[in-house]
Amino acid sequence: MEYFIQQLINGLTLGSIYGLIAIGYTMVYGIIGMINFAHGDVFMIGSFIALTAFLLLTSLFGPAFLPVVLVLVLIITMLFCVAWGWSIEKIAYRPLRGSFRLAPLITAIGISIVLQNFVQISQGARVKPLPPQIQGGVTLMEGATGVVQLSWMHMIIIATTVVLMTGFSLLISRTSLGRAQRACEQDRKMAALLGIDVDRTISLTFVMGAALAAVAGFMFLLRYGVIDFYIGFLAGIKAFTAAVLGGIGSLPGAMLGGLLIGLIETFWSGYFPIEYKDVATFSILVVLLIFLPSGLLGKPEVEKV
Amino acid sequence: MTTPLNSPAQRWLDTPLLSVEHLTMRFGGIVAVDDLSFQVGRGDITALIGPNGAGKTTVFNCLTGFYKPSEGRIVMRHGPGPHDAALAAAHSGGLRHSKDGDSGVFLLERMPDFEIPRQAGVARTFQNIRLFGGMTVLENLLVAQHNGLMVASGYTLGGILGLPGYRRAEKKAIDRAVYWLEQTALLDRADDPAGDLSYGAQRRLEIARAMCTGPKLLCLDEPAAGLNPRESAELNRLIRTIRDEHGTSVLLIEHDMGVVMEISDHVVVLDYGVKIADGSAETVRNDPKVIAAYLGVEDEAEAEDIVEGVAS
Amino acid sequence: MATASNIRPGPTRAASLEQGAFVWSVALADAAKAAALAGILGFFFIGMKTDIAGDGLVLSYRWAALGHAVLIVFLGRLLLDALLGKAAPVTTQMLTAGIFIAGIAGIMTQDATGGSLPARALVGAVLGGLIVAVLYGVALWRRRPAPARAEATRQARFAIPIGIALVLLALTLPFLITTFLPGQQRQFIDLAILILTYVMLGWGLNIVVGLAGLLDLGYVAFYAVGAYSFALLSTCFPFIGFWSALPLAGMLAGMWGLVLGFPVLRLRGDYLAIVTLAFGEIIRVVLLNWVDFTNGPNGISGVPKPTFFGLEFSRGEGGFADFFGLEFSTIHRFIYLYYIILALAFLTNFVTLRLRKLPIGRAWEALREDEIACRALGINTTNTKLTAFGIGAMFGGLAGAFFATRQGFVSPESFTFMESAIILAIVVLGGLGSQMGVVIAATVMIGGIEMLRHISFVGQIFPGVDPVQYRMIIFGLAMVAIMIWKPRGFISRRNPSAVLKERKSIGADLVSQGEGH
Repeated sequence: MEYFIQQLINGLTLGSIYGLIAIGYTMVYGIIGMINFAHGDVFMIGSFIALTAFLLLTSLFGPAFLPVVLVLVLIITMLFCVAWGWSIEKIAYRPLRGSFRLAPLITAIGISIVLQNFVQISQGARVKPLPPQIQGGVTLMEGATGVVQLSWMHMIIIATTVVLMTGFSLLISRTSLGRAQRACEQDRKMAALLGIDVDRTISLTFVMGAALAAVAGFMFLLRYGVIDFYIGFLAGIKAFTAAVLGGIGSLPGAMLGGLLIGLIETFWSGYFPIEYKDVATFSILVVLLIFLPSGLLGKPEVEKV
Repeated sequence: MTTPLNSPAQRWLDTPLLSVEHLTMRFGGIVAVDDLSFQVGRGDITALIGPNGAGKTTVFNCLTGFYKPSEGRIVMRHGPGPHDAALAAAHSGGLRHSKDGDSGVFLLERMPDFEIPRQAGVARTFQNIRLFGGMTVLENLLVAQHNGLMVASGYTLGGILGLPGYRRAEKKAIDRAVYWLEQTALLDRADDPAGDLSYGAQRRLEIARAMCTGPKLLCLDEPAAGLNPRESAELNRLIRTIRDEHGTSVLLIEHDMGVVMEISDHVVVLDYGVKIADGSAETVRNDPKVIAAYLGVEDEAEAEDIVEGVAS
Repeated sequence: MATASNIRPGPTRAASLEQGAFVWSVALADAAKAAALAGILGFFFIGMKTDIAGDGLVLSYRWAALGHAVLIVFLGRLLLDALLGKAAPVTTQMLTAGIFIAGIAGIMTQDATGGSLPARALVGAVLGGLIVAVLYGVALWRRRPAPARAEATRQARFAIPIGIALVLLALTLPFLITTFLPGQQRQFIDLAILILTYVMLGWGLNIVVGLAGLLDLGYVAFYAVGAYSFALLSTCFPFIGFWSALPLAGMLAGMWGLVLGFPVLRLRGDYLAIVTLAFGEIIRVVLLNWVDFTNGPNGISGVPKPTFFGLEFSRGEGGFADFFGLEFSTIHRFIYLYYIILALAFLTNFVTLRLRKLPIGRAWEALREDEIACRALGINTTNTKLTAFGIGAMFGGLAGAFFATRQGFVSPESFTFMESAIILAIVVLGGLGSQMGVVIAATVMIGGIEMLRHISFVGQIFPGVDPVQYRMIIFGLAMVAIMIWKPRGFISRRNPSAVLKERKSIGADLVSQGEGH
């Protein structure tokens, strides 16, 4: 029982990270209908910025101001990652706006290759370990079979995700930017005719996705403490799977999908051979899509004849 | 031998090719078509009319298997019959269709969409034209003859080996395509991509493509939409040719009353998914309910006034 | 620093710049903005580096490198503006080019760790000059008059002679190589084999993506199934010869295509893409972990080499060379492998071209154009998609079997998603549905990337710099640049499969890319 609850907590934490990345996929897909294969690598870029910024700030301020440093690192990571997201969109996707469907998919794969190799060359191929910075927590349960620990780290991750998700839903539902975004999703040409700056809206969508990926990268670094240039690939695929599982284009769906993938993966690893956890995740995706072709929260597609 | 006709105006009752029985189609809570029954006579040109949103295209989509009706039955009858016994047997036996030589009955609501043109001989066009825009006009017409050519190519194996049987079949298919290109005045454009044709030419090509499947019933969804008067007149001629020379019955959705009244033997009027009139062009034209539906008049008495106004 | 080049706008980015005269202040402001952005992007990556030291991480600073990257971006952006953006006078063009070259040369004298100063400056100048020349070429190409329709048909007419010439070249290539490049014959024949393998994979995937319009992101799964089938068949049952194991592997892969395809082909567009990607990963993970069957990460070694009608390519009695009275040479086996993959590729091409003219091929293309219309014409779209998937998988499997016999060894790490991505990139860059396009794209991308392996001579000039590691960055950038330059790929015109009177090729803007529209 204790083991089960512990796995649940671990799964929710991992799922939060996937969910944050998945939002970037789902938003971009919603607005321009493209799979942004480089998004996982933006997450990787984020985790590297967080690592370097953390080392830079601790060398400047010393270890005494850890909470302040962490908040600063988070902000810096988001800002720099936003610059990356914006540049990628401008260089690789904007020139292909309104072009053939597969062209941006290929440039996205190209950018993904570039980012991975750029980081590999500039930062080295070896994994970067960061010792755990936030330790301790509260013990929720103590039973015969084990202990249930809710660490500060778990709490920070889940709380940050909840706060971000809330803020984000408000942003989409209440602000003019969110309205413009939804309008572009429906009909880009019409939105442009009504005076919406479509390019800017799409750009901002990428920027928001990058900011959330940065947060995910930051949390991943703190929680797991090991990063390398290749983490973006698997995390990206998992997050994209989460977005599809939740129903691509749907923000709550992305979060839900992320949590589900996180839970599936953790529980599988907890009870079954860990090597097959990815097979479990992908198999569930395949089975679910076959029976529920538009995902959990996606709008069922009525075939227009 | 076909049964002798009482009067030409009754063909849809005496020798129906298609009968739609108590068809209901719901989308969530919306009832798009409600308990609709009508028949299409063998050799008739039948028009399905009604204001926008009346459910006409939904009926087409049910006929051609794109939607599974919520309730009701749709029956195609091939050949001289008798159909009733076969139909009863097929219906209770859970069969999709039952064939006996030239005769056959087909329960369209049970058939998957691609079987309907292939087996039941129902071909259709689309309101917003669906051509293979990146393929040439000729290729479009060859794709329409896919099933026959597939058999001739020995399900591809014979074709890869270059057996002569397939060559002959392809030659025949091209001849058929050329015939329909002549009928639709598109022969000069045979090697041009379909996406390059003008709007009117695309509409004609879609009809030619449907005819290349060799249908018994041709369903046209607003064939005259966007055509100029000259093109409309050519379209009327083409539809008549299809009916008179190829024995293909025609069911069409149309807003252009000029076209409808000129060529239709039989008109069915829908409004809000319900049939409000059914009869010859002449009777429907003077039906007050039809006029009310088209003019949006609430009161029937008022509508009758309008009818009198039209008549005088 | 080539690492900074990924933030430099690609050449055709300038296409969206408004026309007008070149204004220095505007151009300088543009360049400054780009440089500032480069500074931001590079701040944590070029400016700093984390290294493992002891049991922790240490940070080192590389401000000079960051400065150089920013400078290159500044000068590069200025050069782009002058050459490609606006109508700049020749003097301005020459001036910016001169500054750019001088800048690169200057950086080279700073950055590198060895070699004499003038030599490094010279290499820098040559490098800068090359970049300028390439950009100038692009500029000239862009200013050429738009091709008339007649030219397009003339190009189509040349297709057949070019095709014949290429076939002849392919048939004689090993002898050309052994005759003219005896020193590097092994290396070049290996490269030709590699390119042909990708050509074959591209042609196989072209059936699925290019003709049927089904986005398959897990094609490598079938490559893996073919390779493992071949490896297992030929190592477990040695009596099955190469020529029986090969078709068996192809058939097994094709069967897997049908099995995996059946449940998922009713998914639309991008859902299909992610499910195929998932299958690719599942197969790889299973190969990696099912140790009893696949030997796990260690892979299967000792996959037998192909024999020539029973003759082995070995030294001594009974070998190929001995039988034909030739002097033994290891190159014989490579030449033989070359002809095997050439034959397999030709088979793929022949079958595909045939199928395109058969009803099944036309149905694939019709499916790509409009699935609903297909169903209204009585085409069983599920079966049609399945045949495309199965045939594509079969060719992938054949290529996989060849891969296994060429390497003599298979392991899961050869079948990653990146491999699928590269094959898809070859198909899309070549031009969906175009057989010739696949050849061009495979030669440019695979040949190019392998050529970059051999630029290590740069490292001889600058000890400590390994240019080989930049080749994947260049590969990725090339993918982006080519797509932006030609979004429809190298060959974008479609050839009709049946002609009544006159063959006219069809422009890409009319041809659909399948699913989801």
